[in-house]
Amino acid sequence: MGTIVFLILFPMIIAFILLVVKGDKARDVIVIGASAVIAAMSIVVAVQFAAGGGDFFSFNGEVVSYIMMAVEAGLCIYICITAAMHRKWLAFIFAIIQTPLIMWFEFTRGHGIEVESNLYIDRLSIIMILIIGIIGTLIAVYALGYMKDFQHHEDEKGNKDRRPWFFFVMFLFLGAMVGLVTSNNMIWMYFFWEITSLSSFWLIGYTKTEEATNNAFRALIMNLLGGLGFAVGIVILGIVFQTVELNSMLLIGSVYGDLVAIPAAFFAFAGITKAAQMPFNSWLLGAMVAPTPTSALLHSSTMVKAGVFMIIKLAPVLGMSNFAGLMTMMVGGITFLFASCAAISQVNAKRVLAYSTIANLGLIVACGGVGTAGAVWAGIMLIIFHAITKSLLFLCVGTAEHHIGSRMIEDMDGLFNKMPRLAMCMIIGIAGMFLAPFGMLISKWGCMVSFVDSGNILLIGCICFGSAVTAFYWLKWMGKLTAVVAGEESIEYGVHRTETFVHITLVVLVVLVCLLFPLLSSYMLVPYLEITFGGLAGGIMSSGNMLIMVIMVAVIVLLALFGFGKSRKPKVPIYLAGANTGDNRTYYGSMQKEVAFSLRNWHMEKYFGEPRMNLIGDVLCVAMLVIGLGYMIATLVSLMGGVM
Amino acid sequence: MIIKAIIGIVAFLVLAPFVGGLLAGLDRKLSAKMQRRVGPPVLQPFYDVGKLFQKEKQTPTRFQDFYVLLFVVFVIASGVLFFSGGDLLLVIFTLTIGAAFLIIAAYSSNSPYAELGAERELLAMLAYEPMVLITVIGFYMYTGSFRVSDILAGDSMPFLPLLGIFFGWLFILTLKFRKSPFDLSMSHHAHQELVRGVTTEFVGRTMGWIEISHWYENVFLLGFVFLFFANGTWYGWVIGIVVAILAYFFEVFIDNCFARMKWQFAFKSAWIVAVVLGMINIFVLYVCF
Amino acid sequence: MSAAYVTKSPWVVHYDGSSCNGCDIEVLACLTPGYDVERFGIINCGNPKHADVFLVTGSVNEQNKGIVKQIYEQMPEPKVVVAVGICACSGGIFKDCYNVMGGVDQVIPVDAYVPGCAARPEAIIDAVVKGLGVLQAKRDAMVNKVEAPAEEAEDAKAIEAAEDAVTEEKKAVAVPPIFTMAEIKVNTMDFLKK
Repeated sequence: MGTIVFLILFPMIIAFILLVVKGDKARDVIVIGASAVIAAMSIVVAVQFAAGGGDFFSFNGEVVSYIMMAVEAGLCIYICITAAMHRKWLAFIFAIIQTPLIMWFEFTRGHGIEVESNLYIDRLSIIMILIIGIIGTLIAVYALGYMKDFQHHEDEKGNKDRRPWFFFVMFLFLGAMVGLVTSNNMIWMYFFWEITSLSSFWLIGYTKTEEATNNAFRALIMNLLGGLGFAVGIVILGIVFQTVELNSMLLIGSVYGDLVAIPAAFFAFAGITKAAQMPFNSWLLGAMVAPTPTSALLHSSTMVKAGVFMIIKLAPVLGMSNFAGLMTMMVGGITFLFASCAAISQVNAKRVLAYSTIANLGLIVACGGVGTAGAVWAGIMLIIFHAITKSLLFLCVGTAEHHIGSRMIEDMDGLFNKMPRLAMCMIIGIAGMFLAPFGMLISKWGCMVSFVDSGNILLIGCICFGSAVTAFYWLKWMGKLTAVVAGEESIEYGVHRTETFVHITLVVLVVLVCLLFPLLSSYMLVPYLEITFGGLAGGIMSSGNMLIMVIMVAVIVLLALFGFGKSRKPKVPIYLAGANTGDNRTYYGSMQKEVAFSLRNWHMEKYFGEPRMNLIGDVLCVAMLVIGLGYMIATLVSLMGGVM
Repeated sequence: MIIKAIIGIVAFLVLAPFVGGLLAGLDRKLSAKMQRRVGPPVLQPFYDVGKLFQKEKQTPTRFQDFYVLLFVVFVIASGVLFFSGGDLLLVIFTLTIGAAFLIIAAYSSNSPYAELGAERELLAMLAYEPMVLITVIGFYMYTGSFRVSDILAGDSMPFLPLLGIFFGWLFILTLKFRKSPFDLSMSHHAHQELVRGVTTEFVGRTMGWIEISHWYENVFLLGFVFLFFANGTWYGWVIGIVVAILAYFFEVFIDNCFARMKWQFAFKSAWIVAVVLGMINIFVLYVCF
Repeated sequence: MSAAYVTKSPWVVHYDGSSCNGCDIEVLACLTPGYDVERFGIINCGNPKHADVFLVTGSVNEQNKGIVKQIYEQMPEPKVVVAVGICACSGGIFKDCYNVMGGVDQVIPVDAYVPGCAARPEAIIDAVVKGLGVLQAKRDAMVNKVEAPAEEAEDAKAIEAAEDAVTEEKKAVAVPPIFTMAEIKVNTMDFLKK
């Protein structure tokens, strides 16, 4: 248990140290050192608990609970004041409702409820801790170099150096995430949940421009709404079922699925807001104004992963074919389809990544909603692969942006020549996002099988069309990156060493996970699912197929090592209707004038325009949420009526 | 079981190029007859590939060959997995990687003609992919297994319950075979505004490999048609093979009856077919089975 | 070693220099059911990188000489050039125009000449089929030069050497054109007199 508490507190302590350290050198040393410690510690935790499969810790928490409550009250006051200062009354209202609600609950009812264990760890938490501990800290290390360049631009604008604050929030975030995934007491979890909401608010608003502040508040408002759902869920859980513990909730759920579905629906709602599902996807898109490491952190290892973690945790309850599950899987499926479609029309690389994140989270949410063992297997696989590849892609785009001065995909023409190493990392990342033997498609496979088994026709439609769209927008980007544009010089010399280190490490992780995922499946996922679901349902990939997948990855890697770029055929100029001037970039136009050509991809605005996709997705998802939650409230009211 | 799989693999590896090439030759002969021409010898596709292998070696970039190699490997691998009785989802995912690498190979040259072809091929992929997935899911819902060997061993013919999906599959075969009206990305005929689309920058033996992979791919795609009729009896096999061959010549017939349509039409019609024929068929399966 | 595939599938790329389109129409006429060149495996492929036979119509002028040259260069060996129509052979009636350089052979080596204004489809087909002999000769030269010195590794140097050899060969292999230039001149004069 000590190691887990260490993993929660250590990043927070480091955060406070970073807040006071001003020097670049000192910060480098502290961040790299602390990252190494956190990563090592998370591996230690994994080794320590993986074999046992999970433990619960009572961790007598009376004092801790009071401290948390005090902090919560402080945060509530802070949010209210900032919201009032910026005249964001929605944030004010949400904050002023939920914290007193939780306080009231805890003072009046909470004392009567016996909490057996506040902390726990199981294999899913271990996976999450590994993601947070390794990927999260890698992003922090990357941020060192990135923020130097970033500050360089800020200095030119005369803005003061606020990097201590940035790193403070980052490490605070990591600590809170570890807390979130190891809390068994829902009130504790709620505390960490609120901290992550607030941390992302700070990170998004980091630049303090008007746009950043507005977007930060949008994120805060949506997450506070989710937090409100969380609080309501806790109150219902406590009052109706006399417990605030996650494991007892799931235990009761296995018997009274329909009843537990009521608080579960509210928790799932909280998860949906945090996982930026439609109609709440705009906060994640707005988060793009922040420096790139922020996006990487929010998208890969923290924040949105908290949302899907919650839903995956609830899967056994949601999977009992109740309205809560139906609501969750439909919101996820619809979001997957329409967010994927919207990604086609995007020109900004970061927005493509954002929509792809939303879409993939949709898939995970849908898996959680389906809630069978096979679906949860696919969902967890998605979490793992997505965390690694998405952080890799964000960090690559961040570096590219600083060196080519643009984050538009169309400006990445010739990146293969300008920054070969970076382009290769990006290509591997994109391959990891959609190509078959690499990662994501393995989980998509699992999703497909479990969706078919769940018998939800609409979900099958969503995944069939959504997958085609996904391949489309990734491939057109990948094509841009692989294009060998003649006459471009390498400009890769200026990349910070920390950035390159992080890129390479993540690439190695992508390949390793692709090669080792059968082991991951049989030693981590399957035992977890056996405990959670008691025996295995179908829908998990057969070992033969896994082997074939691994062989494919190995074949590609080997061929790449021996054959990539090693063609010995004589090079000839490309075909330009006989008018190539010889440099492969220009042709002879009329009057023998040299004209440069440029190649652009399609965005199909007419079919997949962003506003339209968002509108349709929002309307459908809101309908699902209203129906789902409405039904739950109605059940609750009739239930209470019966009791009274 | 394993012996059967090995026989399937070897038969596919050895016979598919011959069958595919022969079918391509018959295609050209039949097209010629439909246009009241004599047409080339039936073995013409083999001569073409033989010649391509005798040409000088050239490449526009040092990287293109690698992508083409992966295309060839994965297209053949998808057929191998199919004919060894493997998992249908794995088969189509493998085929998708193959298709993806062809597109990447075309992109890599940064040639406008090749890129135009690549983008149109990409669009074709967007158009046919949903129907492909629906087909596989349809098989799974009806037979309860993704494995080709299980579907072959089943004792009822999936054709009638999967009627809508069968016609949907026929529809996207036109896209897959790159026949008119959907020969968007590269044409076998003298539509020269694209020059040769995706294949513009492939020279000599690279082009030869592309042709051979297309033969493999075509045989494998017709294998899907066959699968609709397999029911573990000898007449199931006969009907399957006959219908597969008929399906091929039906595509040739369509090819000769239509001009090329715009990409908008290809995209919209393929998705509408996938929704109407595919999804409704899936719904019927869900209700009835 | 080499089976005679090169002669069985000559793919054609057709370029209109500055023709009046008369010869172009006749080239296309070859593809119609009436003449059906696909009988010989001939396909009009429109891409020099796939083509074996280069059909040029019209004379070469200052505007298009670079293009003719580039298309020729982008065709992989073995390849043949057929000049279709009198303009492509010698410049025809445009010979003395201020911008006309003359026949295609002013820019690239021509293997077969087809006279006529416009050239008859039969003559064009005949020229392409005759060109096949040249194609085979060039292929044989390629095989001999490439495979003799470097059997294991065909590295770039060997290929370059082979290319040089092929160009040498081009000069050496004397292929009798269907019509000699003298004949063409006589024919043209006759034609003009009429």
